[in-house]
Amino acid sequence: MTETAGNTKSIQGNRGSFFSRLTLYVLVAFFDAGALWFIYRGFSLGFSQLAVVITIITIMLNVIFLLPKAYPFRWMALGLSFMILFTIYPIIFTLYVAFTNYGDGHLLTKAQALPLIEKITYLPDGAPTFSWTAYKSTAGEYALWLVDPNGDTFLGKQNEAIVAARPGDPGIGEGDSQNIPVSIDGYERINGLTAATDQNLPNIIFGAEGDAVVQITSPTTAAALEQRFLYDEATDTFTDQSNGDIYYDIFGTYSTVDGKTIKPGFRATVGADNFVKFLTSPALRGPLGTIVVWNFIFPAFSVLTTFSLGLAIAIMYNEKGFPLKKLIRTLLLIPYTIPSVITILIWRGMLNPEFGVINRWLESWFGWAPPWTTDVFWARVGVLLINLWLGFPYMMLITSGALQSISGDLYEAATVDGAGNWKRFTKITLPLLLVAVGPLLISSYVFNFNNFGLIYLFIGGGPPIPGASTQAGYTDILISYVYNLAFASGGKGVQYGLASAISLILFVIVSTITLLQYRLTNMWEEVSENV
Amino acid sequence: MSNLAQTYQMLKSSQKFQKRFSRVVRLVVAVLLIIFAIFPVIWIISASFDNSNSLATQDLIPAQAGIKNYQRLFNQDPDFEFSNLSYWTWLWNSVKVSGISTILSLSLTTMAAYAFSRLRFKGRVTMLKGILLIQVFPNLLAMVAIYVTIFQFGEIIPVLGLNTHAGLIMAYLGGSMGMNIWLMKGFLDTIPRAIDESGMVDGASNFQIFWQLLLPLLRPILIVIAILSFIGTYGDFMLARILLTDVDKWTLMVGLQIFTAGQFDKKWGVFAAGALIGALPIMAIYLSLQDQIAGGLTAGSVKE
Repeated sequence: MTETAGNTKSIQGNRGSFFSRLTLYVLVAFFDAGALWFIYRGFSLGFSQLAVVITIITIMLNVIFLLPKAYPFRWMALGLSFMILFTIYPIIFTLYVAFTNYGDGHLLTKAQALPLIEKITYLPDGAPTFSWTAYKSTAGEYALWLVDPNGDTFLGKQNEAIVAARPGDPGIGEGDSQNIPVSIDGYERINGLTAATDQNLPNIIFGAEGDAVVQITSPTTAAALEQRFLYDEATDTFTDQSNGDIYYDIFGTYSTVDGKTIKPGFRATVGADNFVKFLTSPALRGPLGTIVVWNFIFPAFSVLTTFSLGLAIAIMYNEKGFPLKKLIRTLLLIPYTIPSVITILIWRGMLNPEFGVINRWLESWFGWAPPWTTDVFWARVGVLLINLWLGFPYMMLITSGALQSISGDLYEAATVDGAGNWKRFTKITLPLLLVAVGPLLISSYVFNFNNFGLIYLFIGGGPPIPGASTQAGYTDILISYVYNLAFASGGKGVQYGLASAISLILFVIVSTITLLQYRLTNMWEEVSENV
Repeated sequence: MSNLAQTYQMLKSSQKFQKRFSRVVRLVVAVLLIIFAIFPVIWIISASFDNSNSLATQDLIPAQAGIKNYQRLFNQDPDFEFSNLSYWTWLWNSVKVSGISTILSLSLTTMAAYAFSRLRFKGRVTMLKGILLIQVFPNLLAMVAIYVTIFQFGEIIPVLGLNTHAGLIMAYLGGSMGMNIWLMKGFLDTIPRAIDESGMVDGASNFQIFWQLLLPLLRPILIVIAILSFIGTYGDFMLARILLTDVDKWTLMVGLQIFTAGQFDKKWGVFAAGALIGALPIMAIYLSLQDQIAGGLTAGSVKE
């Protein structure tokens, strides 16, 4: 390491004028104020993980900008912040979510779920009952006139507290023969029969949430509801007021010993539950097995086919003075130049089994065309075909570059020794080429291992695997399966926990392959030397 | 003697013949390969000029040729049943998001790379290794975590949340840091230190050296990287698909995808026109930068 120049320089760099230092302090102060507000909001909304990360980044930035010794880090402060926030933190967060039940029914934090559970009400046996008369506004809102057994009268509206009221009060019409108001401002009285057959009325809760509420229980009576579950903070349990059952917090769901549960649940760590589910539930294990096997086969075939074609082209047109060499190469490069999303969609149209050009032509020539979207085998062939088209120009580029670096002497020597074309190819070209482009082939394997766009855009992972409990198809690879679990539920619910568990497995596979690649290229050693 | 000469002549001509024959065969193969390579492009061009706009009846030479599909992209055809396209909004969104991401990402990575290449500080090598190690985990795999993070950002600062371009740009920035720092450091390392030293002698600060001496030298490679990075972001599908929900916020790639949802066959021509407009500028850039790109492909990963 050469220490001289940089070090003296970096110390000099901090001896700015008083004015520039003041500007720095003011900027840091503004940033800190904003960050503190963000962190406070984060904690109060229950996003504690995010708030912690922002706290770490804020401390880091303060140290970097206020400590003169940390001068070199100022150059990378923002870049590092983004990297922490959107590369490192997501990895850690994935690790955490993989061990939680985060997903449908458990989307809330515990702090958010408790008040919702406390709002659940029930109708106690001996609850005070009322006789009722209903009123309806033009907007479809209801109001209820209630008379209790003592003859006291009340007015209940939706989402408003129930109040004691008498006919003739402001906003309330005069009483009829039974002392029930003929009208209420903004509402019109509905006659008894209409009210008794109204589908909506029995489901409506009158009164403000958290306050006394009343619900209609029969065509003639309404009753006051009471809070059903009482929370005991000391034991972290809910007691069911209707029957005395006690609910314990079991992995994010309050449950009784005999298996009754309260909804909503909330986010909680569930240990290795997500992984165990994949191993034990046949509806998950079966599809996952299929997907994993295909996920390893698909990139292997892809690399093999694109590399073979690319190399064949490179060798065929490598000859000096071959006519139209430049033009041929440029035209063959075209698939590589179009954004792949667009070309995949074009292929999707061309391979449409009913209307696509390829199937129309094949059918008119041979009377048969492959069922690309419905048959497992042909769907996979389709994926590989499109990827061959997308990928061979890249392989052509890298192999023709590498071919030129192989010395011609080697071939001459081999010819002298009587080696034929094939022997020269297998003994000289291929081994030397593989050394040069091997790492790129591994990169290509990893890229296709996670080639979400191709799988998702061509046939959305289909055809579907029967019996799968979540959306899964025969061409799905792990990353598109993760996407399905998390975002494209198809009515089967979002499953962040399960999705993250799969992501974690993907991380392990992909990082192992990439580390292997580093090893092959001696990248690590190079970093240590090349400083 | 004459026999020998004759044999020699025959051998020579047969070699020549062999060479010719091989060339002809290879040219024929080239034609077949070229047809394979450009057929989808030809087909989509033909579709875009086919007024019938139908996947089922399209032929190589359109029966009703015209520019109706392009008019439909502008919502100029009231008879078109899906006439309410936001195509130009998508295109603009794509250009905007990719442009801003590229500029920000390049600025941040070039500065970081400068520190790693030129300044000497404790932990430098460890950090470089760390960044390399983090690249082992592509952040796309953590899409759930990124989604949740952006969602939470939005709850605190709405303009950075889901369905905002700022949120998407943040996610792009975070993902591109590592590899680009490495790439850029490599380029900076190729610039001789004597240049810095001459600046130092003249009393230039680090920033002046970076801005006035190194950046101009880096400009050619910076432009190539900027173009490649722009194209990369422009072509991204996954993050945009996850983070943007409103039709008017979509980027072009997400927008084009919905053509395929339901009755693709009745939107085929319009899709073709939209796809062509979206792809042509990128194709033109790639083909004109062929050699630089081929160089860049190998520079990143192959040991030189």
